[in-house]
Amino acid sequence: MSDDSKKTDEKAEDSASTDVVATKTEKPVTTDGDGHAEGVAPEKSYLTASRGVMSWLVTVDHKRIGLMYLVATMFFFLVAGLLAIALRTELFTGQQDFMSAATYNKVFTLHGAIMVFLFIIPSVPAGIGNFVLPLMLGAKDVAFPKLNLLSFYVYCIAAVMLILTLVLGSLDTGWTFYTPYSKSTGTAVIMATMGAFVAGFSSILTGVNFVVTTHKMRAPGMTWNRMPLMIWALYATALIQIMATPVLAITLFLLVIERTLSVGIFDPAMGGDPALYQHFFWFYSHPAVYIMILPGFGIISELITVHSRKHIFGYRAIAISSVAIAVISFFVWGHHLFVSGQSELAGIVFSFLTFAVAVPTAIKVFSWVATLYGGSIRYTTPMWYAIVFLWTFTIGGLTGVYLGTLSVNVHLHDTYFVVAHFHYVMVGGTVVAFLGGLYHWWPKMFGRMYNETAGKISALLVFIGFNTTFLTQFFLGHQGMPRRYYAYLPEYEVMHQVSTVGAWILACGLFLVLFTLIHAIKSGERATANPWAAVSLEWRTASPPIEHNFHATPQVTGSPYDFPEIDKSGKH
Amino acid sequence: MIATFIPPEKLGTPSMSDSPWELLPTASNHAASLDWLYLALTIVCGISFVLVIGAMFYFMWKYKKRSDEDRTSPLTHNGRLEFAWSAIPAVFLMLFFIQGEIDFVKLSAPPADAIDISITAEKWKWTIEYPGRSAASTTEVLDGEIAPLLVVPKGQPVRLLMSSKDVIHSLYIPAFRVKKDVVPGRYAFVWFTAIEEGTFPLFCTEYCGDEHSSMLAVVKVVPPEDYEAEVRAATTLEQGAGETIEAFGEKVYKAMACNSCHNPDASVKVGPGFGGLFGKTESMTDGSSLTVDENYLRESIYQPNAKVVAGFTPQMPSFAGQINDEQMNALIAYIKSLK
Repeated sequence: MSDDSKKTDEKAEDSASTDVVATKTEKPVTTDGDGHAEGVAPEKSYLTASRGVMSWLVTVDHKRIGLMYLVATMFFFLVAGLLAIALRTELFTGQQDFMSAATYNKVFTLHGAIMVFLFIIPSVPAGIGNFVLPLMLGAKDVAFPKLNLLSFYVYCIAAVMLILTLVLGSLDTGWTFYTPYSKSTGTAVIMATMGAFVAGFSSILTGVNFVVTTHKMRAPGMTWNRMPLMIWALYATALIQIMATPVLAITLFLLVIERTLSVGIFDPAMGGDPALYQHFFWFYSHPAVYIMILPGFGIISELITVHSRKHIFGYRAIAISSVAIAVISFFVWGHHLFVSGQSELAGIVFSFLTFAVAVPTAIKVFSWVATLYGGSIRYTTPMWYAIVFLWTFTIGGLTGVYLGTLSVNVHLHDTYFVVAHFHYVMVGGTVVAFLGGLYHWWPKMFGRMYNETAGKISALLVFIGFNTTFLTQFFLGHQGMPRRYYAYLPEYEVMHQVSTVGAWILACGLFLVLFTLIHAIKSGERATANPWAAVSLEWRTASPPIEHNFHATPQVTGSPYDFPEIDKSGKH
Repeated sequence: MIATFIPPEKLGTPSMSDSPWELLPTASNHAASLDWLYLALTIVCGISFVLVIGAMFYFMWKYKKRSDEDRTSPLTHNGRLEFAWSAIPAVFLMLFFIQGEIDFVKLSAPPADAIDISITAEKWKWTIEYPGRSAASTTEVLDGEIAPLLVVPKGQPVRLLMSSKDVIHSLYIPAFRVKKDVVPGRYAFVWFTAIEEGTFPLFCTEYCGDEHSSMLAVVKVVPPEDYEAEVRAATTLEQGAGETIEAFGEKVYKAMACNSCHNPDASVKVGPGFGGLFGKTESMTDGSSLTVDENYLRESIYQPNAKVVAGFTPQMPSFAGQINDEQMNALIAYIKSLK
């Protein structure tokens, strides 16, 4: 043990200067399948290259930053998930059970705010994305490693600010902070909006880093058309983060100014316009929906191809549709305001544009299903999650068509139908893809395999629990059950109870995920460099990867989906 | 803790439907057309879902890994197929867009002969005002609780002219399929023609704070020939034959939502409790003191901020013009009776 730590210390000193190591690894070395240089002793992985808490806190390694993001975002997923269980349990009966109305309002606000700002937005891009983006590009790190670390600390500050609202008293505005309610209620609103404001900066920094990395640091031979679709998705996401997030920052800042300096911007009592806030807010928050889902699309493209041994169907269509969605997403914010009193003409234009964004989304789903055609499908846990995703996301997407239809929206707006729809997209889409991605890349991150049976049981529990919880809510919505009610009419009780039981099942599935992943790190079988026999570059280095990712800069000669099983003899 | 104005379980409307497969009552002119579009969407989306997920399951079964020697299809794209699966959904989407737009325009254009009814939203109640009648007492007593009552005639277009005193609320009548945000600082309207008699719930669907879930009202659709009489009955708050003055006073107390801020016992809510209040000597914010008598109660209801008891903030609205002499007498008698 003492020998080991001595060696590590030497290694730490050795790698203190990035430049030295970088020049070392740039020497052309031939590699074997496991990514180990021939004739050279195996290099330590990024996990063991240096030790001690400080080596993590000041790391500029994208893999370590990615892991820190993963730990932080999963912690907040747990917190906000427990809040959701509390909400669903309160809703088991129509009357007040164990929470007062005021407590319920604070709990649903925190559930939403934490899930959106501290979990979903950063989880896939900043967590998984940070880890895999440079590896998939064949780069040693992101373009600005220190900026990357800064973005993590900015995120931590935002998290502390949002948690402080608990101490400071009430935050009961809902995660949308609608004016003038947010102007009239407790003082914690300023802290919470500033928290979301700061979280936005973290998001922008990650976005800038990813855009530059994708443009400048692709391995030789990796043309835009040879990039894995995960990269296309992260790239499109980064573009939205850079362009949309400043609008949120300005909006929240104006809200703070109005509250502290009493300048009338959104409050009609001072000559402001409350609907203006909604326009500003959704100008960010609608594109933000795609910040949340696009990276999930990227993960699914990887999972389905690798585990069915097929080239992706319609590479260009999927890649271009990611960018198309990113662009159109900026012009559909008004569909959140169909009943707000915006002009009828605006409603019609926004409805049309909303239908326009449905087409590229549908193309993606069709392409994934078509990818399965003629494959050799391995039913691994990531593949199970990919299939769960296709089911749930298809429902999420199709119910979006109901909501885009103007007259139907009038009836369904702000009912449980909307709650069910966005949970189908955010949880059934992003979270399911995130879980599949975790299982897929876990062997790469930690060099350990998880238990396949337990993983599949978790996928099944998540599938059953999720659909039981949220499918019922579509019916509640079309029966007129408004959202954000802690007590409700007796006729809604049965469906609420089914939904609550589903939430408990879902929670069991998610705890099983946590358990299997931790168990894998502690006592999983050792993973090979490329357990899935994938072609993309992150599998061409050891599991877990060495600190600087690759011994030699990888050369790219073809598509990331060109699997050896593909029959090119013309028989198919 | 602020009072629940009307607990949802006591709303007293018959359940609209308790089966997830049933549609709501089609109680307005807008409902049938919307239900038709909703069903069309469900059929088209249902078929799409079955096709997509059916293909997925078929491929999952057909192309399950058989052996390590499996060879997979080199297929990477198919222009015709991709064009078809972009164009066909686009056509359906446009049909939905057009039908949704046509119905939406109808929802936005009230006919010229519509009856105007004013609705004021505030935390957390709806005040309904019929042309030419006093506002505050359009209520119905249900199981000891008072709900705001919106009476509308069957078969005649009605336009609701809505405004908010504080934050954004949203008026939603599921049985009519209408909804509109009530944004402070401007008027909002919805219109409908009720086509089915009965009582239906009315919800607030824009989150507005603590008692958002309790901000409910009852819509009562009556035959047109009974409309005038029903409105008169609903807006008349008079002592009934054989009703004691204290019982009538309690009705006024609930109808005016006094119970939002004043408990019938001595406990403090937003304002002082009424129990044992009459005859008590109170010290005022200006340092003086007085004994609570009929004149002080009357003044405090018509000019609430003239003399405020120490320890409370002057925030009560005036009820001048809303409570007449007869109701005032009953209210004072009721407060006197509370020990």
